[in-house]
Amino acid sequence: MAEFLQHILNAIVLGGTYALLGIGLTLIFGIMKVVNFTHGELYSFGAYMIFMFSAMLGLNFFLAIILSMVLGVLLGGIIEFALLRPLRGANIDTTMLVMIGAWIVMQNLEQLSWGGVAKSINHPFPLDPLVIGEVSVSWIRVFVFFFAVILIIGSYYLINNTKLGKSMRATFQDRDIAALMGVNINRVYTATFALGSGLAATAGALLGPVFVVTPTMGDMAALKAFAIVILGGLGSIAGATIGGFILALAEEMGAGYISSGYRDAMGFILIILVLIFRPTGLFALKERYG
Amino acid sequence: MSRWISILWLAFLFSIPLWMIDLYVLHILINTGIFVIAAMSLNLLLGYTGQLSLGHVAFFGIGAYVSALVSLGFDLELTDTYTFVFDAKPVWIAFLSGIIAAGLFGWLIGRVAFKVRGAYFVIVTISFAEVVRLVSLNWIDLTEGPMALNNIQPFTLGIPNLWEMTLYQKIPNYYLVLVVAIVCYILIRRLVHSRIGRAMIGLRENEPLATSVGVNVTHYLVIATVISAAMAGAAGGLYTHYFRIIDPDIFLFIYTVTMVIMVVSGGKGTLAGPIVGGIIFGLLPEILREFAAPEMQWIIYGIAMILIVFFLPDGIVPALKNWWKNHRSKRTDSAEMDAGT
Repeated sequence: MAEFLQHILNAIVLGGTYALLGIGLTLIFGIMKVVNFTHGELYSFGAYMIFMFSAMLGLNFFLAIILSMVLGVLLGGIIEFALLRPLRGANIDTTMLVMIGAWIVMQNLEQLSWGGVAKSINHPFPLDPLVIGEVSVSWIRVFVFFFAVILIIGSYYLINNTKLGKSMRATFQDRDIAALMGVNINRVYTATFALGSGLAATAGALLGPVFVVTPTMGDMAALKAFAIVILGGLGSIAGATIGGFILALAEEMGAGYISSGYRDAMGFILIILVLIFRPTGLFALKERYG
Repeated sequence: MSRWISILWLAFLFSIPLWMIDLYVLHILINTGIFVIAAMSLNLLLGYTGQLSLGHVAFFGIGAYVSALVSLGFDLELTDTYTFVFDAKPVWIAFLSGIIAAGLFGWLIGRVAFKVRGAYFVIVTISFAEVVRLVSLNWIDLTEGPMALNNIQPFTLGIPNLWEMTLYQKIPNYYLVLVVAIVCYILIRRLVHSRIGRAMIGLRENEPLATSVGVNVTHYLVIATVISAAMAGAAGGLYTHYFRIIDPDIFLFIYTVTMVIMVVSGGKGTLAGPIVGGIIFGLLPEILREFAAPEMQWIIYGIAMILIVFFLPDGIVPALKNWWKNHRSKRTDSAEMDAGT
């Protein structure tokens, strides 16, 4: 029983960051109709930035997280401006190919500039875990979870209660009508991509100190984010949040009770099961013709 | 005219081993040929049905692994008392089993994945490839995992007990790859000019319209996937018996990306496109190897992909065709003007 509870706790803690990744991707996907293959690279970019600021330059750990976040937003904005803006109106496969190209370039630039050796980052939290009854969790993970939850709530607020969020939702529903009503589509797109990228970079900055940082860490993150988006349904932020926790739970249970080698396969198996038994997705609003 | 060009091309390709003495160049050509076959099979899905399958390397790898395992033989401990023993089979049976296995997986994935389209389809195919990669990495009893399967038999040709020849050398392997590539090319050409091919192109151009005139969408998409997967499996089989070693890295996403770049740069939905793209991007790494680190090579690949989408969205072959057409019409125009004055 203790083991089971421990898995549940681990899943909840990990699910927070997965949800961040998923929300970022589902926003970009839902609003811009872009399959963002650079999402995983933004994640590893965030992790390398916190490595640079915190481990190399010796800045304050929390300041380093904020800086990684800001740089992630900026990088996302640049990618949108340079690669996606000229392709406005192109079909989904075309933008997908460009994003694959950008992903290859970014990953190998990381490999060139940081080398292939895994990097670890020290954090200021005590190493003794927090013990609650029979289960325990490390302090850094507790911090990561609460930071992620704050960001998720912040994203909800931004989308539901601000003017920018309103124009994002309008663009999601109907791009042309929104443009006719005076929404600046280009601004909404850049903001969406920057926001989604920022969330991915933050997820990387948060998990970097928990795991180790490698140039290819983004691949798995991107694939997991895709799995979360499929689970949650196109453009559904609530779906992505729940999907993140479901994926984390499936991975924890799979690793705990089936085989740890197949941990990363759980997301894909979930996708395939969802498509067989409920092709419209768990929380989908629209038909699945992305 | 075009018939003569094809015959000249074929004569050129068949003559290469006669005057090319450098075995390393032949090795590169064999490797390129294998990837050209894979790219041609991807083109059937991506170019003719318009479905971007990013899990194509799974079919390639399944073909390679099944072919290797059947030719090596394997045993599986199903229960504590019963062990399933599979004896080693001749290589050509292994090669065929690889093709069939890849085709079966194509059928399975086609049935599941074509419930969705576009971005969802892409992600399902990636997921499939990742699951297969993780299985090959973790099912060590069967696949040896990261330790790799080695000492795989090369191809043998001939009539049993009378005359046989084992293809250890580069030259016969080159001809084998060339012949398989030609067979695949002819198959694809016949297919896209048939009723099935027209249905596929109809689906690509306008799915609701094609459905409304009675084209059975899932049926044709599944046919395309099965054929495409089987061809990729054949390429995998050639790979495995030529290199004679195979490990789970064969399933890496980057190989799918290589195939996609080959198809898109050459021209998707054209017969010659994947061949042209395959030759360019098959030889490019060898040229770049002299003066660029592997990371730089990939960066150049990525930039090339972005530039192609921006400046040659239809690919090289259609662009050349257009250029040739304009060139010709200009010449005839000016000839008429000369005649007029």
